[in-house]
Amino acid sequence: MAREKVSDQEKNHLRRFFAAWAIVSVVLDVLFWTLVGPHVPPGRMTSSARADQFDFNVLFVIALPVIVGVWGFLGYSIRHWRSTREGVLEPVGGPAAANNKRAELSWIVITSAVVLALAVFGTIALIAGQGAGGGEGPNSIWTPPGAVKAETAALAGKGAWSPNSNEVLPIQVIAQQWKFTYRYPTFGGFETTQLILPDNTNIAFNVTSLDVIHSFWAYQLEVKADANPLENNVAYTKTEQLGRFVVRCSELCGIWHGAMFNYGTVVSQSDFLAWAQATEAKVAANTAYLPPFAWTYVPDANGAAGGYYPDGNVTPYSPVETYGSKQPSS
Amino acid sequence: MAKGGRVAVVLLAFLVAAGLVIWGVAELITPGVPGGVISYTNTQAAGQPVNLTIQTVGSIGFGSHPTWVSYLTLDPANGQWRHATTWKLPADTVIHVIEYQYDSGSPLRNQEWGQVQGTIGNDATLNGKEFSVYNSNSAGGVGHTFAIPALGVSVPLIAVTGTPCAAGPCHFNSPHNIETFSFKTPGPGSYYWQCFVPCGLGYLFGNGGPMSTQGFMGGELEVVQQ
Repeated sequence: MAREKVSDQEKNHLRRFFAAWAIVSVVLDVLFWTLVGPHVPPGRMTSSARADQFDFNVLFVIALPVIVGVWGFLGYSIRHWRSTREGVLEPVGGPAAANNKRAELSWIVITSAVVLALAVFGTIALIAGQGAGGGEGPNSIWTPPGAVKAETAALAGKGAWSPNSNEVLPIQVIAQQWKFTYRYPTFGGFETTQLILPDNTNIAFNVTSLDVIHSFWAYQLEVKADANPLENNVAYTKTEQLGRFVVRCSELCGIWHGAMFNYGTVVSQSDFLAWAQATEAKVAANTAYLPPFAWTYVPDANGAAGGYYPDGNVTPYSPVETYGSKQPSS
Repeated sequence: MAKGGRVAVVLLAFLVAAGLVIWGVAELITPGVPGGVISYTNTQAAGQPVNLTIQTVGSIGFGSHPTWVSYLTLDPANGQWRHATTWKLPADTVIHVIEYQYDSGSPLRNQEWGQVQGTIGNDATLNGKEFSVYNSNSAGGVGHTFAIPALGVSVPLIAVTGTPCAAGPCHFNSPHNIETFSFKTPGPGSYYWQCFVPCGLGYLFGNGGPMSTQGFMGGELEVVQQ
Protein backbone atom coordinates (compact mmCIF):
# COMPACT_ATOMS: atom_id res chain seq x y z
CA MET A 1 0.00 0.00 0.00
CA ALA A 2 2.78 2.34 0.99
CA ARG A 3 4.77 1.39 -2.11
CA GLU A 4 1.82 2.19 -4.41
CA LYS A 5 1.39 5.53 -2.71
CA VAL A 6 5.02 6.38 -3.34
CA SER A 7 4.75 5.43 -7.00
CA ASP A 8 1.69 7.59 -7.47
CA GLN A 9 3.49 10.51 -5.91
CA GLU A 10 6.51 9.94 -8.14
CA LYS A 11 4.35 9.88 -11.24
CA ASN A 12 2.68 13.10 -10.26
CA HIS A 13 6.03 14.74 -9.67
CA LEU A 14 7.30 13.52 -13.00
CA ARG A 15 4.26 14.71 -14.93
CA ARG A 16 4.23 18.06 -13.19
CA PHE A 17 7.94 18.61 -13.65
CA PHE A 18 7.93 17.46 -17.29
CA ALA A 19 5.04 19.77 -18.15
CA ALA A 20 6.75 22.74 -16.53
CA TRP A 21 10.08 21.87 -18.14
CA ALA A 22 8.56 21.55 -21.62
CA ILE A 23 6.71 24.86 -21.41
CA VAL A 24 9.68 26.79 -20.03
CA SER A 25 12.07 25.21 -22.55
CA VAL A 26 9.90 26.03 -25.54
CA VAL A 27 9.33 29.60 -24.39
CA LEU A 28 13.04 30.19 -23.71
CA ASP A 29 14.07 28.58 -26.99
CA VAL A 30 11.67 30.72 -28.98
CA LEU A 31 12.75 33.86 -27.14
CA PHE A 32 16.41 33.05 -27.66
CA TRP A 33 16.00 32.21 -31.35
CA THR A 34 14.05 35.35 -32.17
CA LEU A 35 15.59 37.95 -29.87
CA VAL A 36 19.18 36.84 -29.24
CA GLY A 37 19.96 34.55 -32.16
CA PRO A 38 20.36 37.21 -34.85
CA HIS A 39 22.94 39.01 -32.69
CA VAL A 40 25.09 36.04 -31.78
CA PRO A 41 28.72 36.42 -32.92
CA PRO A 42 30.29 36.30 -35.43
CA GLY A 43 27.38 37.91 -37.24
CA ARG A 44 26.44 37.41 -40.87
CA MET A 45 29.18 39.12 -42.86
CA THR A 46 30.04 35.97 -44.79
CA SER A 47 28.50 32.63 -45.62
CA SER A 48 30.67 30.92 -43.03
CA ALA A 49 29.81 33.52 -40.38
CA ARG A 50 26.11 33.16 -41.07
CA ALA A 51 26.36 29.37 -41.04
CA ASP A 52 28.34 29.35 -37.82
CA GLN A 53 25.88 31.73 -36.20
CA PHE A 54 23.13 29.30 -37.17
CA ASP A 55 25.16 26.42 -35.73
CA PHE A 56 25.77 28.26 -32.47
CA ASN A 57 22.07 29.05 -32.20
CA VAL A 58 21.09 25.43 -32.86
CA LEU A 59 23.54 24.25 -30.21
CA PHE A 60 22.17 26.74 -27.72
CA VAL A 61 18.56 25.83 -28.49
CA ILE A 62 19.45 22.20 -27.78
CA ALA A 63 21.42 23.10 -24.68
CA LEU A 64 18.74 25.34 -23.18
CA PRO A 65 16.30 22.51 -22.34
CA VAL A 66 19.17 20.58 -20.76
CA ILE A 67 20.09 23.60 -18.66
CA VAL A 68 16.45 24.13 -17.74
CA GLY A 69 16.08 20.45 -16.88
CA VAL A 70 19.13 20.27 -14.65
CA TRP A 71 18.61 23.54 -12.82
CA GLY A 72 14.84 23.14 -12.79
CA PHE A 73 15.04 19.70 -11.26
CA LEU A 74 17.49 20.98 -8.68
CA GLY A 75 15.08 23.75 -7.73
CA TYR A 76 12.12 21.37 -7.77
CA SER A 77 13.96 18.97 -5.48
CA ILE A 78 14.88 21.71 -3.06
CA ARG A 79 11.28 22.88 -3.07
CA HIS A 80 9.64 19.48 -2.54
CA TRP A 81 12.15 17.19 -0.89
CA ARG A 82 14.14 19.41 1.38
CA SER A 83 14.86 17.80 4.75
CA THR A 84 12.90 20.36 6.72
CA ARG A 85 9.65 19.21 5.15
CA GLU A 86 8.26 16.47 7.31
CA GLY A 87 6.33 13.50 6.05
CA VAL A 88 7.60 13.71 2.49
CA LEU A 89 8.95 10.49 1.09
CA GLU A 90 12.26 10.35 -0.69
CA PRO A 91 11.46 9.93 -4.42
CA VAL A 92 14.39 7.83 -5.51
CA GLY A 93 16.10 6.80 -2.34
CA GLY A 94 16.87 3.25 -1.29
CA PRO A 95 15.69 0.27 -3.32
CA ALA A 96 13.60 2.43 -5.63
CA ALA A 97 16.75 3.95 -7.06
CA ALA A 98 18.44 0.67 -7.90
CA ASN A 99 18.09 -1.17 -11.21
CA ASN A 100 15.55 1.23 -12.61
CA LYS A 101 15.79 -0.03 -16.15
CA ARG A 102 13.43 2.54 -17.56
CA ALA A 103 15.47 5.44 -16.10
CA GLU A 104 18.77 3.95 -17.24
CA LEU A 105 17.51 3.24 -20.74
CA SER A 106 15.96 6.67 -21.06
CA TRP A 107 19.21 8.33 -20.02
CA ILE A 108 21.32 6.31 -22.47
CA VAL A 109 18.91 6.74 -25.38
CA ILE A 110 18.31 10.47 -24.91
CA THR A 111 21.96 11.45 -24.40
CA SER A 112 23.13 9.20 -27.23
CA ALA A 113 20.51 10.61 -29.57
CA VAL A 114 21.48 14.18 -28.73
CA VAL A 115 25.21 13.57 -29.16
CA LEU A 116 24.85 11.56 -32.37
CA ALA A 117 22.44 14.07 -33.85
CA LEU A 118 24.90 16.87 -33.09
CA ALA A 119 27.74 14.89 -34.66
CA VAL A 120 25.73 14.45 -37.86
CA PHE A 121 24.65 18.08 -37.77
CA GLY A 122 28.26 19.27 -37.31
CA THR A 123 29.52 17.09 -40.15
CA ILE A 124 26.84 18.36 -42.52
CA ALA A 125 27.62 21.96 -41.50
CA LEU A 126 31.32 21.38 -42.21
CA ILE A 127 30.71 19.87 -45.65
CA ALA A 128 27.95 22.23 -46.76
CA GLY A 129 30.04 25.22 -45.73
CA GLN A 130 33.13 24.16 -47.69
CA GLY A 131 35.13 23.76 -44.52
CA ALA A 132 33.09 26.31 -42.56
CA GLY A 133 35.76 28.95 -42.99
CA GLY A 134 38.52 26.79 -41.53
CA GLY A 135 41.87 26.10 -43.15
CA GLU A 136 41.66 22.91 -45.17
CA GLY A 137 45.34 22.56 -45.98
CA PRO A 138 46.81 22.67 -49.50
CA ASN A 139 44.52 19.99 -50.89
CA SER A 140 41.06 21.09 -49.89
CA ILE A 141 38.38 18.43 -49.74
CA TRP A 142 35.48 20.86 -50.01
CA THR A 143 35.79 23.73 -52.44
CA PRO A 144 33.28 26.17 -53.90
CA PRO A 145 32.53 25.66 -57.60
CA GLY A 146 35.27 27.11 -59.76
CA ALA A 147 37.79 27.50 -56.95
CA VAL A 148 40.48 25.19 -58.29
CA LYS A 149 40.15 26.65 -61.77
CA ALA A 150 40.46 30.20 -60.43
CA GLU A 151 43.46 29.33 -58.26
CA THR A 152 45.24 27.51 -61.04
CA ALA A 153 44.68 30.45 -63.38
CA ALA A 154 45.87 32.89 -60.71
CA LEU A 155 49.10 30.99 -60.22
CA ALA A 156 49.73 31.08 -63.94
CA GLY A 157 49.12 34.82 -63.96
CA LYS A 158 45.94 34.34 -65.98
CA GLY A 159 43.36 34.94 -63.28
CA ALA A 160 40.40 37.14 -64.05
CA TRP A 161 37.79 38.70 -61.87
CA SER A 162 35.22 41.34 -62.58
CA PRO A 163 31.98 42.44 -60.93
CA ASN A 164 29.11 39.99 -61.42
CA SER A 165 31.49 37.43 -62.95
CA ASN A 166 30.79 34.96 -60.13
CA GLU A 167 34.49 34.02 -60.22
CA VAL A 168 36.27 32.87 -57.08
CA LEU A 169 38.81 35.48 -55.97
CA PRO A 170 42.08 34.01 -54.62
CA ILE A 171 43.90 36.14 -52.07
CA GLN A 172 47.20 35.21 -50.48
CA VAL A 173 47.71 35.91 -46.82
CA ILE A 174 51.41 36.15 -45.92
CA ALA A 175 52.18 36.12 -42.22
CA GLN A 176 55.50 37.26 -40.84
CA GLN A 177 56.69 38.45 -37.48
CA TRP A 178 54.66 40.57 -36.81
CA LYS A 179 52.40 41.65 -39.61
CA PHE A 180 50.03 40.23 -42.21
CA THR A 181 50.43 41.25 -45.83
CA TYR A 182 48.20 40.28 -48.74
CA ARG A 183 48.88 39.45 -52.37
CA TYR A 184 46.24 39.64 -55.08
CA PRO A 185 47.34 37.25 -57.86
CA THR A 186 44.39 38.18 -60.04
CA PHE A 187 45.67 41.73 -60.22
CA GLY A 188 49.28 41.22 -61.17
CA GLY A 189 50.29 39.77 -57.81
CA PHE A 190 50.64 43.09 -56.03
CA GLU A 191 51.23 43.00 -52.28
CA THR A 192 49.73 45.32 -49.73
CA THR A 193 49.08 45.65 -46.04
CA GLN A 194 45.39 46.32 -46.73
CA LEU A 195 42.80 43.55 -46.92
CA ILE A 196 39.91 44.70 -49.10
CA LEU A 197 37.27 42.23 -50.28
CA PRO A 198 34.42 42.51 -52.78
CA ASP A 199 30.90 41.83 -51.58
CA ASN A 200 28.94 38.78 -52.70
CA THR A 201 32.08 36.96 -53.85
CA ASN A 202 33.61 33.60 -53.07
CA ILE A 203 37.05 34.22 -51.58
CA ALA A 204 39.85 31.66 -51.41
CA PHE A 205 42.29 32.67 -48.68
CA ASN A 206 45.67 31.06 -49.31
CA VAL A 207 47.49 31.37 -46.01
CA THR A 208 51.23 30.91 -45.56
CA SER A 209 54.08 32.21 -43.41
CA LEU A 210 57.58 33.52 -44.01
CA ASP A 211 58.90 32.51 -40.61
CA VAL A 212 57.23 30.87 -37.62
CA ILE A 213 53.69 29.55 -37.24
CA HIS A 214 51.02 32.22 -37.17
CA SER A 215 47.28 31.97 -37.53
CA PHE A 216 45.07 34.12 -39.71
CA TRP A 217 41.82 34.82 -37.87
CA ALA A 218 39.33 37.13 -39.53
CA TYR A 219 36.79 37.05 -36.76
CA GLN A 220 33.73 38.65 -38.36
CA LEU A 221 34.35 36.65 -41.54
CA GLU A 222 34.52 33.46 -39.48
CA VAL A 223 37.69 32.48 -41.26
CA LYS A 224 40.56 30.95 -39.37
CA ALA A 225 43.57 29.21 -40.87
CA ASP A 226 47.01 28.50 -39.47
CA ALA A 227 49.89 30.12 -41.33
CA ASN A 228 52.73 27.64 -41.62
CA PRO A 229 55.99 28.23 -43.46
CA LEU A 230 56.16 26.23 -46.69
CA GLU A 231 52.47 25.34 -46.50
CA ASN A 232 49.51 26.75 -48.38
CA ASN A 233 46.53 26.51 -46.06
CA VAL A 234 43.36 27.34 -47.96
CA ALA A 235 40.12 28.57 -46.41
CA TYR A 236 36.97 29.55 -48.27
CA THR A 237 34.12 31.87 -47.56
CA LYS A 238 31.65 34.04 -49.41
CA THR A 239 31.18 37.68 -48.49
CA GLU A 240 27.55 38.65 -47.91
CA GLN A 241 27.62 42.02 -46.13
CA LEU A 242 29.54 45.24 -46.45
CA GLY A 243 31.51 46.32 -43.42
CA ARG A 244 34.72 46.33 -41.46
CA PHE A 245 36.30 43.33 -39.83
CA VAL A 246 39.36 42.64 -37.73
CA VAL A 247 42.19 40.25 -38.50
CA ARG A 248 44.25 38.91 -35.65
CA CYS A 249 47.07 36.44 -35.30
CA SER A 250 45.78 33.69 -33.04
CA GLU A 251 49.01 31.76 -32.63
CA LEU A 252 51.49 33.03 -30.06
CA CYS A 253 54.33 34.08 -32.34
CA GLY A 254 56.73 36.25 -30.39
CA ILE A 255 57.15 39.57 -28.64
CA TRP A 256 54.77 41.60 -30.83
CA HIS A 257 52.16 38.88 -31.29
CA GLY A 258 49.62 41.03 -29.45
CA ALA A 259 50.11 43.83 -31.96
CA MET A 260 49.78 41.59 -35.00
CA PHE A 261 46.38 42.68 -36.19
CA ASN A 262 44.80 44.86 -38.82
CA TYR A 263 41.38 45.79 -40.09
CA GLY A 264 39.87 44.74 -43.39
CA THR A 265 36.84 45.94 -45.28
CA VAL A 266 34.19 44.36 -47.46
CA VAL A 267 33.20 46.84 -50.15
CA SER A 268 30.95 46.72 -53.18
CA GLN A 269 32.27 44.83 -56.19
CA SER A 270 32.69 48.02 -58.24
CA ASP A 271 34.53 49.75 -55.38
CA PHE A 272 36.77 46.73 -54.98
CA LEU A 273 37.65 46.69 -58.66
CA ALA A 274 38.47 50.39 -58.56
CA TRP A 275 40.64 49.92 -55.45
CA ALA A 276 42.43 46.85 -56.83
CA GLN A 277 43.23 48.51 -60.15
CA ALA A 278 44.38 51.71 -58.47
CA THR A 279 46.56 49.83 -55.99
CA GLU A 280 48.01 47.63 -58.72
CA ALA A 281 49.10 50.75 -60.58
CA LYS A 282 50.27 52.57 -57.45
CA VAL A 283 52.58 49.80 -56.22
CA ALA A 284 53.65 48.56 -59.65
CA ALA A 285 57.23 49.66 -59.02
CA ASN A 286 57.44 47.48 -55.94
CA THR A 287 55.55 44.57 -57.52
CA ALA A 288 58.32 44.36 -60.10
CA TYR A 289 60.76 43.56 -57.28
CA LEU A 290 58.55 40.94 -55.60
CA PRO A 291 59.22 37.27 -56.20
CA PRO A 292 56.88 35.70 -58.78
CA PHE A 293 53.60 34.77 -57.23
CA ALA A 294 53.70 31.35 -55.61
CA TRP A 295 51.60 29.57 -53.03
CA THR A 296 54.52 29.29 -50.64
CA TYR A 297 57.90 30.94 -50.29
CA VAL A 298 61.05 29.47 -48.87
CA PRO A 299 62.12 31.74 -46.06
CA ASP A 300 65.81 32.00 -45.37
CA ALA A 301 66.82 31.23 -41.83
CA ASN A 302 68.16 34.66 -41.23
CA GLY A 303 67.48 37.81 -43.15
CA ALA A 304 70.78 39.45 -42.50
CA ALA A 305 73.35 37.98 -44.84
CA GLY A 306 73.21 34.39 -43.68
CA GLY A 307 72.61 32.59 -40.46
CA TYR A 308 71.72 29.34 -38.89
CA TYR A 309 69.05 26.98 -39.95
CA PRO A 310 67.49 24.90 -37.19
CA ASP A 311 69.87 22.08 -38.07
CA GLY A 312 72.84 24.32 -37.32
CA ASN A 313 74.11 24.63 -40.88
CA VAL A 314 75.35 28.02 -41.89
CA THR A 315 73.50 28.96 -45.03
CA PRO A 316 74.14 31.99 -47.15
CA TYR A 317 71.11 34.02 -48.04
CA SER A 318 70.02 33.59 -51.60
CA PRO A 319 67.10 35.47 -53.06
CA VAL A 320 66.49 32.56 -55.39
CA GLU A 321 65.51 30.50 -52.38
CA THR A 322 62.73 32.87 -51.51
CA TYR A 323 60.89 31.71 -54.60
CA GLY A 324 58.69 28.69 -54.44
CA SER A 325 55.89 27.19 -56.37
CA LYS A 326 53.32 24.81 -55.17
CA GLN A 327 50.13 24.49 -57.07
CA PRO A 328 46.99 23.48 -55.21
CA SER A 329 45.83 20.02 -56.01
CA SER A 330 42.89 19.73 -58.33
CA MET B 1 54.31 31.65 23.39
CA ALA B 2 50.68 32.38 23.90
CA LYS B 3 48.18 31.30 21.28
CA GLY B 4 47.51 34.90 20.30
CA GLY B 5 51.22 35.51 19.77
CA ARG B 6 51.61 32.44 17.61
CA VAL B 7 48.67 33.50 15.48
CA ALA B 8 50.18 36.97 15.09
CA VAL B 9 53.55 35.51 14.02
CA VAL B 10 51.93 33.21 11.48
CA LEU B 11 49.79 36.06 10.14
CA LEU B 12 52.80 38.32 9.86
CA ALA B 13 54.81 35.64 8.07
CA PHE B 14 51.92 35.08 5.68
CA LEU B 15 51.64 38.78 4.92
CA VAL B 16 55.40 39.05 4.31
CA ALA B 17 55.33 36.03 1.98
CA ALA B 18 52.31 37.38 0.12
CA GLY B 19 53.98 40.77 -0.19
CA LEU B 20 57.12 39.20 -1.64
CA VAL B 21 55.10 37.25 -4.19
CA ILE B 22 53.16 40.36 -5.23
CA TRP B 23 56.38 42.37 -5.49
CA GLY B 24 58.04 39.65 -7.56
CA VAL B 25 55.11 39.39 -9.95
CA ALA B 26 54.92 43.17 -10.25
CA GLU B 27 58.62 43.29 -11.11
CA LEU B 28 58.13 40.65 -13.76
CA ILE B 29 55.23 42.31 -15.49
CA THR B 30 56.51 45.88 -15.16
CA PRO B 31 60.19 45.61 -15.91
CA GLY B 32 60.47 49.28 -16.75
CA VAL B 33 61.70 50.81 -19.96
CA PRO B 34 65.12 49.63 -21.19
CA GLY B 35 67.37 52.62 -21.48
CA GLY B 36 64.71 54.91 -20.13
CA VAL B 37 62.41 57.29 -21.96
CA ILE B 38 63.67 60.17 -24.09
CA SER B 39 61.24 63.04 -23.93
CA TYR B 40 60.57 65.43 -26.80
CA THR B 41 57.66 67.19 -25.21
CA ASN B 42 59.63 70.19 -24.05
CA THR B 43 62.12 70.52 -26.85
CA GLN B 44 60.01 72.88 -28.94
CA ALA B 45 56.95 75.09 -28.73
CA ALA B 46 53.58 73.37 -28.83
CA GLY B 47 52.53 72.48 -32.36
CA GLN B 48 56.03 72.89 -33.77
CA PRO B 49 57.73 69.94 -35.48
CA VAL B 50 59.98 67.67 -33.46
CA ASN B 51 63.38 66.54 -34.69
CA LEU B 52 64.13 62.91 -33.89
CA THR B 53 67.63 61.68 -34.68
CA ILE B 54 68.44 57.99 -34.59
CA GLN B 55 71.09 55.60 -35.87
CA THR B 56 71.26 51.90 -36.62
CA VAL B 57 74.43 49.99 -35.86
CA GLY B 58 75.47 46.41 -36.62
CA SER B 59 76.95 45.93 -33.15
CA ILE B 60 76.05 48.14 -30.28
CA GLY B 61 79.47 47.59 -28.73
CA PHE B 62 78.55 47.93 -25.08
CA GLY B 63 76.13 46.68 -22.47
CA SER B 64 74.97 43.15 -21.84
CA HIS B 65 74.83 42.25 -25.54
CA PRO B 66 77.66 44.15 -27.23
CA THR B 67 77.39 42.16 -30.48
CA TRP B 68 73.70 42.77 -30.99
CA VAL B 69 72.36 45.04 -33.67
CA SER B 70 70.56 48.06 -32.29
CA TYR B 71 68.99 51.46 -32.71
CA LEU B 72 70.48 54.40 -30.81
CA THR B 73 68.79 57.74 -30.19
CA LEU B 74 70.35 61.18 -29.97
CA ASP B 75 69.20 62.65 -26.69
CA PRO B 76 68.07 66.25 -27.34
CA ALA B 77 68.80 67.13 -23.74
CA ASN B 78 72.56 66.63 -23.97
CA GLY B 79 73.39 65.70 -27.57
CA GLN B 80 74.61 62.23 -26.55
CA TRP B 81 73.71 58.95 -28.23
CA ARG B 82 71.65 56.80 -25.89
CA HIS B 83 70.67 53.17 -26.00
CA ALA B 84 66.98 54.03 -25.62
CA THR B 85 64.12 53.30 -27.98
CA THR B 86 61.14 54.67 -26.07
CA TRP B 87 60.27 58.22 -26.99
CA LYS B 88 57.74 60.54 -25.42
CA LEU B 89 56.31 62.61 -28.25
CA PRO B 90 53.63 65.32 -28.41
CA ALA B 91 50.34 64.38 -30.04
CA ASP B 92 49.24 65.66 -33.46
CA THR B 93 52.75 66.86 -34.22
CA VAL B 94 54.98 66.43 -37.24
CA ILE B 95 58.07 64.40 -36.41
CA HIS B 96 61.09 64.93 -38.65
CA VAL B 97 63.28 61.85 -38.47
CA ILE B 98 66.95 61.85 -39.38
CA GLU B 99 68.31 58.33 -39.54
CA TYR B 100 71.99 57.47 -39.77
CA GLN B 101 72.29 53.95 -41.15
CA TYR B 102 75.65 52.35 -40.38
CA ASP B 103 74.81 48.70 -40.95
CA SER B 104 75.16 46.33 -43.87
CA GLY B 105 72.16 44.49 -45.28
CA SER B 106 70.72 41.89 -47.59
CA PRO B 107 67.70 41.37 -49.83
CA LEU B 108 64.50 41.67 -47.86
CA ARG B 109 62.67 38.55 -46.85
CA ASN B 110 59.59 40.41 -47.98
CA GLN B 111 60.12 43.15 -50.55
CA GLU B 112 56.85 44.73 -49.34
CA TRP B 113 59.03 46.52 -46.79
CA GLY B 114 61.10 48.02 -49.60
CA GLN B 115 58.41 50.68 -49.99
CA VAL B 116 58.19 53.94 -48.09
CA GLN B 117 54.71 54.01 -46.61
CA GLY B 118 52.79 56.16 -44.20
CA THR B 119 55.22 59.06 -44.15
CA ILE B 120 54.23 62.57 -45.13
CA GLY B 121 54.27 62.43 -48.93
CA ASN B 122 54.79 58.66 -48.81
CA ASP B 123 58.46 59.19 -49.49
CA ALA B 124 61.80 59.64 -47.81
CA THR B 125 65.22 60.91 -48.81
CA LEU B 126 68.32 58.80 -49.13
CA ASN B 127 71.45 60.92 -48.94
CA GLY B 128 69.43 63.89 -50.09
CA LYS B 129 67.59 62.13 -52.91
CA GLU B 130 63.89 61.36 -52.68
CA PHE B 131 62.73 57.78 -53.05
CA SER B 132 59.55 55.82 -52.43
CA VAL B 133 60.57 52.27 -53.23
CA TYR B 134 63.92 50.49 -53.10
CA ASN B 135 64.86 47.23 -54.80
CA SER B 136 66.33 45.23 -51.97
CA ASN B 137 67.98 42.83 -54.42
CA SER B 138 70.24 45.62 -55.61
CA ALA B 139 73.57 46.79 -54.17
CA GLY B 140 73.91 45.87 -50.50
CA GLY B 141 70.18 45.46 -49.99
CA VAL B 142 68.30 46.78 -47.01
CA GLY B 143 69.75 46.79 -43.52
CA HIS B 144 66.72 47.53 -41.44
CA THR B 145 63.33 49.16 -41.55
CA PHE B 146 61.70 51.70 -39.30
CA ALA B 147 58.03 50.84 -38.98
CA ILE B 148 55.15 51.96 -36.80
CA PRO B 149 52.47 49.44 -37.76
CA ALA B 150 49.57 51.22 -36.10
CA LEU B 151 50.32 54.38 -38.10
CA GLY B 152 51.10 52.54 -41.32
CA VAL B 153 54.63 53.97 -41.31
CA SER B 154 57.34 51.84 -42.90
CA VAL B 155 60.67 53.06 -44.22
CA PRO B 156 63.47 50.83 -45.56
CA LEU B 157 66.90 51.76 -44.25
CA ILE B 158 69.31 51.13 -47.07
CA ALA B 159 72.42 49.12 -46.33
CA VAL B 160 75.89 50.60 -46.49
CA THR B 161 78.56 49.05 -48.64
CA GLY B 162 82.13 48.65 -47.51
CA THR B 163 83.28 47.76 -44.04
CA PRO B 164 80.59 48.83 -41.61
CA CYS B 165 81.22 50.49 -38.29
CA ALA B 166 82.46 47.92 -35.76
CA ALA B 167 80.63 49.20 -32.70
CA GLY B 168 78.19 51.91 -31.80
CA PRO B 169 77.72 54.72 -31.42
CA CYS B 170 79.08 55.20 -34.92
CA HIS B 171 80.36 58.36 -36.49
CA PHE B 172 80.66 59.89 -39.93
CA ASN B 173 84.09 58.39 -40.54
CA SER B 174 82.34 55.02 -41.05
CA PRO B 175 80.28 54.20 -44.16
CA HIS B 176 76.78 55.46 -43.63
CA ASN B 177 73.57 56.52 -45.32
CA ILE B 178 71.47 59.42 -44.17
CA GLU B 179 67.73 59.06 -44.54
CA THR B 180 65.10 61.59 -43.64
CA PHE B 181 61.35 61.32 -43.50
CA SER B 182 58.47 62.78 -41.55
CA PHE B 183 55.30 61.46 -40.03
CA LYS B 184 52.60 62.90 -37.85
CA THR B 185 51.80 61.58 -34.42
CA PRO B 186 48.18 60.67 -33.75
CA GLY B 187 46.27 61.34 -30.54
CA PRO B 188 47.62 60.31 -27.15
CA GLY B 189 48.41 56.67 -26.74
CA SER B 190 51.14 54.08 -26.86
CA TYR B 191 52.33 52.91 -30.27
CA TYR B 192 55.07 50.37 -30.76
CA TRP B 193 57.60 50.56 -33.53
CA GLN B 194 59.94 47.92 -34.84
CA CYS B 195 62.37 46.82 -37.53
CA PHE B 196 60.84 44.38 -39.99
CA VAL B 197 64.14 43.00 -41.23
CA PRO B 198 64.84 39.79 -39.30
CA CYS B 199 68.27 41.00 -38.30
CA GLY B 200 68.85 38.95 -35.18
CA LEU B 201 71.89 37.21 -36.59
CA GLY B 202 72.29 33.69 -35.26
CA TYR B 203 68.73 33.40 -34.00
CA LEU B 204 66.07 31.25 -35.59
CA PHE B 205 64.60 33.07 -38.57
CA GLY B 206 66.50 36.13 -37.40
CA ASN B 207 63.71 37.26 -35.12
CA GLY B 208 65.17 36.34 -31.76
CA GLY B 209 67.74 38.20 -29.66
CA PRO B 210 67.73 41.90 -30.49
CA MET B 211 64.51 41.54 -32.49
CA SER B 212 62.71 40.18 -29.48
CA THR B 213 64.26 42.30 -26.76
CA GLN B 214 62.92 45.73 -26.00
CA GLY B 215 65.44 48.49 -26.49
CA PHE B 216 67.29 47.12 -29.52
CA MET B 217 65.28 46.84 -32.74
CA GLY B 218 61.98 48.10 -31.49
CA GLY B 219 60.47 50.42 -28.99
CA GLU B 220 57.49 52.52 -28.06
CA LEU B 221 56.09 55.90 -28.91
CA GLU B 222 54.48 57.38 -25.83
CA VAL B 223 52.33 60.03 -27.43
CA VAL B 224 50.99 62.59 -24.98
CA GLN B 225 48.96 65.76 -25.22
CA GLN B 226 51.29 68.71 -24.92
